Amino acid sequence: MDSLTIAPSTETLTFDLSQTTLREVNSFLHHDPLNNGGKKVAIAHPDGAHNLAVGIDAPIEVEIHGHTGYYTAGMNKQATVTLHGNAGTGVAENMMSGKVHVKGFASVSAGASAHGGLLVIDGDAGLRCGISLKGADIVVGGSVGSFSGFMAQAGRMVICGNAGDALGDSLYEAVIYVRGNIKSLGADAQLEPMNDEDYAIVQSLLTQAGLPHNPQDFKRVASARQLYHWNADVNQEY
Amino acid sequence: MCGIVGLLIKTEPLRDSLGELLVPMLVGMSDRGPDSAGLAVFTATLPDSYRKYSLYAGNYSIDWTDLTQSFNQLGKATIDPHGNQAVLMTDQPPETVKSWLKETYPQLHLLSAGRTIDLYKDTGKPSAVADRYGFRSLKGSHAVGHTRMATESAVTPAHAHPFTAGEDFCLVHNGSLSNPNEIRRKLEPRGIHFETDNDTEAACRFLEYRMREGDDLETAIQKGFEELDGFYTFLMGTADKLALVRDPFACKPAIVAETDDYVAIASEFRSLAHLPNVNQANIYEPAPEEMYVWTV
Amino acid sequence: MNNLYREESAGYDRRILHYIQNAAAHGLYEIRGLGAKRSLPHFDDLVFLGASLTRYPLEGYREKCVTKTVLGTRYASKPIELDIPITIAGMSFGSLSANVKEALGLAATEMGTSTTTGDGGMTQEERQSSKTLVYQCLPSRYGFNPDDVRKANAIEVVIGQGAKPGGGGMLLGQKINPRVAAMRTLPEGVDQRSACRHPDWTGPDDLTIKIQELRELTDWEKPIYVKVGASRTYNDVKLAVHAGADVIVVDGMQGGTAATQTVFIENVGIPTLAALRQAVEALEDMDMKGKVQLIISGGIRTGADVAKALAMGADAVSIGQAVLMALGCNSESYIQDGEHHSAIDDYLELGTAPGYCHHCHTGKCPVGVTTQDPMLEKRLEPEVGAKRLKNYLKTLNMELTTIARACGKQNVHHLEREDLVALTVEAAAMAKLPLAGTSWIPGVQGY
Repeated sequence: MDSLTIAPSTETLTFDLSQTTLREVNSFLHHDPLNNGGKKVAIAHPDGAHNLAVGIDAPIEVEIHGHTGYYTAGMNKQATVTLHGNAGTGVAENMMSGKVHVKGFASVSAGASAHGGLLVIDGDAGLRCGISLKGADIVVGGSVGSFSGFMAQAGRMVICGNAGDALGDSLYEAVIYVRGNIKSLGADAQLEPMNDEDYAIVQSLLTQAGLPHNPQDFKRVASARQLYHWNADVNQEY
Repeated sequence: MCGIVGLLIKTEPLRDSLGELLVPMLVGMSDRGPDSAGLAVFTATLPDSYRKYSLYAGNYSIDWTDLTQSFNQLGKATIDPHGNQAVLMTDQPPETVKSWLKETYPQLHLLSAGRTIDLYKDTGKPSAVADRYGFRSLKGSHAVGHTRMATESAVTPAHAHPFTAGEDFCLVHNGSLSNPNEIRRKLEPRGIHFETDNDTEAACRFLEYRMREGDDLETAIQKGFEELDGFYTFLMGTADKLALVRDPFACKPAIVAETDDYVAIASEFRSLAHLPNVNQANIYEPAPEEMYVWTV
Repeated sequence: MNNLYREESAGYDRRILHYIQNAAAHGLYEIRGLGAKRSLPHFDDLVFLGASLTRYPLEGYREKCVTKTVLGTRYASKPIELDIPITIAGMSFGSLSANVKEALGLAATEMGTSTTTGDGGMTQEERQSSKTLVYQCLPSRYGFNPDDVRKANAIEVVIGQGAKPGGGGMLLGQKINPRVAAMRTLPEGVDQRSACRHPDWTGPDDLTIKIQELRELTDWEKPIYVKVGASRTYNDVKLAVHAGADVIVVDGMQGGTAATQTVFIENVGIPTLAALRQAVEALEDMDMKGKVQLIISGGIRTGADVAKALAMGADAVSIGQAVLMALGCNSESYIQDGEHHSAIDDYLELGTAPGYCHHCHTGKCPVGVTTQDPMLEKRLEPEVGAKRLKNYLKTLNMELTTIARACGKQNVHHLEREDLVALTVEAAAMAKLPLAGTSWIPGVQGY
């Protein structure tokens, strides 16, 4: 074999975003991923591109090598997307299922409004991580910024580092587990004792994320449910 | 709404490539700010008595040589023209220079004054503005750039960023202030003159006013947190510093890449991707309500 | 003889007295449905200059007058084609019953126009009944998912509503039944307050990227609408165009709501008349008129309103409240199993009467329109509602073409603002139209 020729990988199909347009890559991921013999898709040179790998609906593996812009793997279904780099705003926003794994840090609104699936962020997450969460699980290896879990409705967040201001403000039924310090809790969020189910949930999510922490070190934050009825004092007189 | 970029070069030899490195950063933010662009470059500091003045002629055609000759009756000056923009340098007292300019060339817009700052801003796509003024060839220690998508005020060169106030101070902004008019009404009775209705000008003049009142940059910014309402990421330049702050909500993006050679700041990573050794850089997002100050 | 003289205070009339005493009793602001009740300059204050000797009219009900309307021609590969320039505004399943959503879809499909989902996601019923369905992407993202995005014919990114620019929607616990709760991922019976900002973007520069995401997701097929509540409309429209919208929807302050603070409904936003003129100016100043289409909503009730909106520069209108009224909102009776039944007692129970009701927020709609109550929702049967709505839309369209023909137009989109004059100084100033019989446009130099 000629050593100067790089043999096409049988395992991976690679797109180079410095050569191929975003439109072509996304279009491939929408329409052709399964006609590809189950190969992994690798994407090189994202160089901060927005909307990379959005709207996939197939059980494929996508590896992105580099840093991305907004909405990486947005609205993902079924796919496993691994980002070997940092993610911009709104990574895995509105994810329905599958897994998105950010090896670096994630900017604001990571996992915003995600309905299902698992988002793992090895580094820190910015502000508003898990805002409006609707059922997905989020595991953050580092710390999260202020207003994380804002108005989160369902799903679980596991934060291995610290949390910023107003954690879990106006929470509905989502539950947040924090290992480190919480700068402040938001309106209607409260610390609650951990029970066996909580420990099991945290253990399971840590295992899925490949993180070694002890579930015993985590605190539980959930809704005090005092904001569920805006007119609680006057017995629904409206 | 807008894109912001900033670059501070730590290693002396690389300062000759400031413009070369910065232009792709600015052009990278074209989607965020398609209607105007601007750049403040901080160069070697002039001797104590000297000042340079960035002048903008707009649609007027100015013979810069005539201007210099006419100025020479007042005192010695040199000029460095770039089309309808030029940098005038002189050791005459600033007040004399400013009143002479106002009287003799009322059509000229004074973009900046100081011992280190040169300023260029104009309407058009960022790449067009960069070409028009030869941004690629600019040299210096640090620079602050901006691409603009006008929100409420007009699209004119004067409304483009960076804004300046006083000497060797400029500010660019991504976001939208919610009380700029109130700030302005507080400052105007103190003799502070506004040139546009742009919300960013209010922030710029407020901070420069605080510094003239004796605050250092950090204290002025702290007062800014209390007084300025709304959403913002501000990037500021002084003769020897770059400073970056974000409001408590940090709704407008910013990212920093730092190596032994440079500190680069942009609204989005795509403006940093081309920088040398960026993959080995320390890349992070500035936290809200924290001050990031880098000194040359 | 009792000669008692009673003078009501203008500043503290019965309305204000009631407000103060209600606030004192409860320590809470009032929440209600429908739109602004105060008197505002409106399309009523404009009249058409019908043809005479200078212009020649078309026969009122005979000669051709095109009403076809195409929306979303800027970037989308599959623009929306409608038979009439009258669309149904976004109203959620949750605020409305499933029967009502179905009725809207049936009538709109028969009339060749579109319906819009609302805050709370897309129901199967409405996707099946409505041929052309606009799917809203709202700050709350309740029920938002990529499958429904792909099923939609267009996507509307909602920045705000005319009833409450800057505020989020509300849906009180009484209306959060198991199905609504499941669609919104909320506990049953919770008082739901929607977000006022999108969770993952802020401002027009970010919106550019968000719109691109929706386009990437749908392979650049579907038109993207951007809806704004009327406030700083001139700039908002410009920025929506910059951000890449195909269609802009401007909702004036008369726009309705299912439940919002009264203080918001009556005090935030600008009238539809003023907003429409600003929106058109923005498009014209950018040379985007006709390239980006404009839909106006907020208090469109009659065919004359539609004609005036089109003459002022809208490409289409969108109707919410009046559509509900066509279905029976504020009627004395409802039709169930082919018979009329009085609803008066149920209005009384709510402390109101037909003609005054704004109790959409309670979920106890006496005529079964804005309810999730299993008993009440039967009061609006989809077929009955669809028939009434079809009649209403048909009437509007006939009135629109009648006026267009009277102004000599073979196409309703050829109505122009010079066909209009204003009856009041306020309307003249807001719409930038001359006061009738004069050439005076208040605030415009040279007049």
